[in-house]
Amino acid sequence: MTSHAHDSHDAGHGHGEHGHNPFLAHHFDDPEQQFDSGKLGIWLFLVTEVLFFSGMFCAYALYRSLHPEVFTFASQYLNETLGAFNTGVLLFSSLSMAWGVRCAQLRQRTGLVICLAITLGCAAMFLGVKAIEYTHKWDLGLLPAGEYISQFLQPAHHAGISPWLYYLSAVPALCVLGFAAWYVVAVTTGQKRTAEVAGPLLVTALCYFLGVFVGIAFQNAEAASKAAEHGVAEHGVAEHGVAEHASVAHDEGHDHAGDERDDVMLVSHSDVPVVPGAPELAAVDQAGGAGVFFSIYYCMTGVHAVHILGGMAVLAWLLVRATKDHFNEEYFGPVDYVGLYWHLVDLIWIYLFPLLYLIK
Amino acid sequence: MSAVATEPTHSHYESNEADNFLINSKGVLSWALTLDHKRIGLMYLVGVMSAFFVAGILALVLRTELMTPDQWFLTTQQYNQVFTLHGAIMVFLFIIPSVPAALGNFLVPVMLGAKDVAFPRLNLGSFYLWVAGAIFFLSAMLYTGLDTGWTFYTPYSTQTRGPVVAATMGVFILGFSSIFTGLNFIVTINTMRPPGMTWFKMPLFLWATYATAIIQVLATPVLGITVLLLAAERVFHIGIFDPAYNGDPVVFQHFFWFYSHPAVYIMILPAMGIISEVMSVHCHKSIFGYRFIAYSSIAIALFGFLVWGHHMFTSGMAEVTTIVFSALTFTVSIPSAIKVFNWLATMYKGTVQLTTPMCYALSFIFLFTIGGLTGLWLGALSTDRHLHDTYFVVAHFHYVMVGGTLVGFLSGVFHWWPKMTGKMFSEFWGIVSCWFVFVGFNLTFLPQFVMGSRGMPRRYARYVEEFQDLHQMSTVGAYLLGLGLFVALGVLLHSLRSGKKAPANPWGAATLEWQCSSPPPFYNFQSPPTVNEPYDYLPLVYRDADRGWEYVQQTTPAPKPVHV
Repeated sequence: MTSHAHDSHDAGHGHGEHGHNPFLAHHFDDPEQQFDSGKLGIWLFLVTEVLFFSGMFCAYALYRSLHPEVFTFASQYLNETLGAFNTGVLLFSSLSMAWGVRCAQLRQRTGLVICLAITLGCAAMFLGVKAIEYTHKWDLGLLPAGEYISQFLQPAHHAGISPWLYYLSAVPALCVLGFAAWYVVAVTTGQKRTAEVAGPLLVTALCYFLGVFVGIAFQNAEAASKAAEHGVAEHGVAEHGVAEHASVAHDEGHDHAGDERDDVMLVSHSDVPVVPGAPELAAVDQAGGAGVFFSIYYCMTGVHAVHILGGMAVLAWLLVRATKDHFNEEYFGPVDYVGLYWHLVDLIWIYLFPLLYLIK
Repeated sequence: MSAVATEPTHSHYESNEADNFLINSKGVLSWALTLDHKRIGLMYLVGVMSAFFVAGILALVLRTELMTPDQWFLTTQQYNQVFTLHGAIMVFLFIIPSVPAALGNFLVPVMLGAKDVAFPRLNLGSFYLWVAGAIFFLSAMLYTGLDTGWTFYTPYSTQTRGPVVAATMGVFILGFSSIFTGLNFIVTINTMRPPGMTWFKMPLFLWATYATAIIQVLATPVLGITVLLLAAERVFHIGIFDPAYNGDPVVFQHFFWFYSHPAVYIMILPAMGIISEVMSVHCHKSIFGYRFIAYSSIAIALFGFLVWGHHMFTSGMAEVTTIVFSALTFTVSIPSAIKVFNWLATMYKGTVQLTTPMCYALSFIFLFTIGGLTGLWLGALSTDRHLHDTYFVVAHFHYVMVGGTLVGFLSGVFHWWPKMTGKMFSEFWGIVSCWFVFVGFNLTFLPQFVMGSRGMPRRYARYVEEFQDLHQMSTVGAYLLGLGLFVALGVLLHSLRSGKKAPANPWGAATLEWQCSSPPPFYNFQSPPTVNEPYDYLPLVYRDADRGWEYVQQTTPAPKPVHV
């Protein structure tokens, strides 16, 4: 999309007349033509992105209309507090990105670096929260259809931090160490520009862990409040069987699944197979039926997360170029294009959040 | 000044021989890392021709096996793998990139009088994506043998032991190569047209390329997500295509054909663009119905998105849906017919010269018309019930894909060969190759229409004896076709070694690419070219074999010199 940005052509013709603008590629007449081409290019790329996601939105619409009960049942296992928090984080990152574009246009180098750092940090925080959501579901067996474990037959699940979280966090942890070392070296050797790159990257890696802690805190708070709510009831329910709890879960609708449901289920029927007369929810849950919801959930949010990662890579590239003071009133195309991409990634999440988390 | 005005304008575009893009820089790296669209186009040309060679040999293997009703030298499983390889290589590695990526890359900027495409590095990147995708795809398929057919239909593709995941990842990569090429062309045509070239002064090849690029950009991402979901189905068992988990295998077909039907027009539209150019130039007559041809390209691109269901009439869709898809399918025939009639009207009272490109273009019209008309049989619900999955379908799409796209591609390669390489080829042997191709092709596929309508199913390695004569005719035809293609290749290769030097404008064409020298200098044009009417041949006059055609009257003042 931005490949033309600095076109060091193999046959160095045509550069003479553009000497005043080092980033004007030889095959363009003027900066305006170059900017318009890039803008059209990125919009077309965004069109392809929308169509890329459209396949999954179609799958969502199709299976929701064919099996509404599966979606009603399964969406209660998503934690909308975390979803809402992530929505806020991404919206804020869109603000900082847009602000960054303005900074580039006004040639405010420091402002641009700060805005890009904030955007990167928000992206990392989003992924941190997402890591909590994912690992928690993996622990519970809320997996794609083929691997899905029925929530009514589930064996005991240990509380605490999922081992998956350690695996997922390994890369960010390495990043923290690497960027910290790089930052220290840059500062001690007095390389100001390098420090301006390493610093924001270090903050970004740390923001991932901030997201993780926020996720854990939210989840614990919610579990505690649920436990308090059900504390009394729980002791007396041993005989009530699935029906009541299922209906509790059903009535409360918006409840996030996790801890609360675990407690209840474990107390009520640790190893009991679904008995005749089990509630219809159990029937929905059987035979991997609910798994299709999680298939679609993982596909959509997973592909979205990959786009966040891709966005972080280009943002980091912008950060390097911003510290080199490449952008000015005449040449700010790359920041603008990446901004548009980032808004699209944000926009897709704005659709995913209600479709997956909120609609019951 | 009057003396200046009668000078051929051609001289303004003369360039230094050393600037010839083929030799202006040397060494493997100067090609491998080039950003020059012409070199990238030539690299694509070599790439797609190699893919075609491999897949063509596989086709001959299949035809040879079908000489006898019973097993000759391929087991049924091997037969499945070979036809899958043949189809997949032909579709993904040859037909889709053939005209847009190879010829389009070379021609789009030159026809626009531009120095390069809008994003040269993206262009090189998409070539390497194609190479990577090709390597990935081929090695995957050869590793254990893919046997799903090129369409990867579920539920078979989720159960077979073949390397479906790796092959689909190859398709995914190739898809992005195609998307980036399309994106590049749309932006280039939108923003880099020279002053004076309005949309309706563009050569029709550019209109066709533009329409193709729209499809590439809009349809290919859907293929990307489809094959990604298929891979996820196999790896994570996501169940979207699996009835055991509330999924539906037919959804895969919908997703797949939502891309792959428009992709049929990715294959044929650029070939139609070539024919529009060749017809007009080799008849020395302005194209008939310029706007209708231009609009019909866009119409085909748009209608193409609404007809995918006609691949699935027997898959159990609702009856109303099949009727709607059938009706929409018939609408595609309107813009296609507009093109054919306009080409015929262009020839009427034209000075038809039976050069090699023109012979191929005439073959195209003949074969494409048969291919298009037999499509109506398949688009009609009642006849499709009978013809579905028979050799009739095979014959139909080979008439369109080979008789249409391949023959159109050959027409284009011969037409622009002097421009690309600076060498003239042997007209005699070119026309001989065209005859072999034409006769061989019809001998191969006409019997298949007969077989199909009598009930011979496609993709079968064994058949009942009553079909043996027709199958043998078809096989002999395939050998003739192969021979013709070898002759064509020989003609082109021979011209590289001992062809005469080509003049800038050997055919008397009026589009911009013929105004720069053959082969063009690496910057295409010393100064911005004068934009003429693309199909106005009056100011052109034939000098001699060395000088070709030149402009005699200068209608506009000499272009202002621009230092480069």
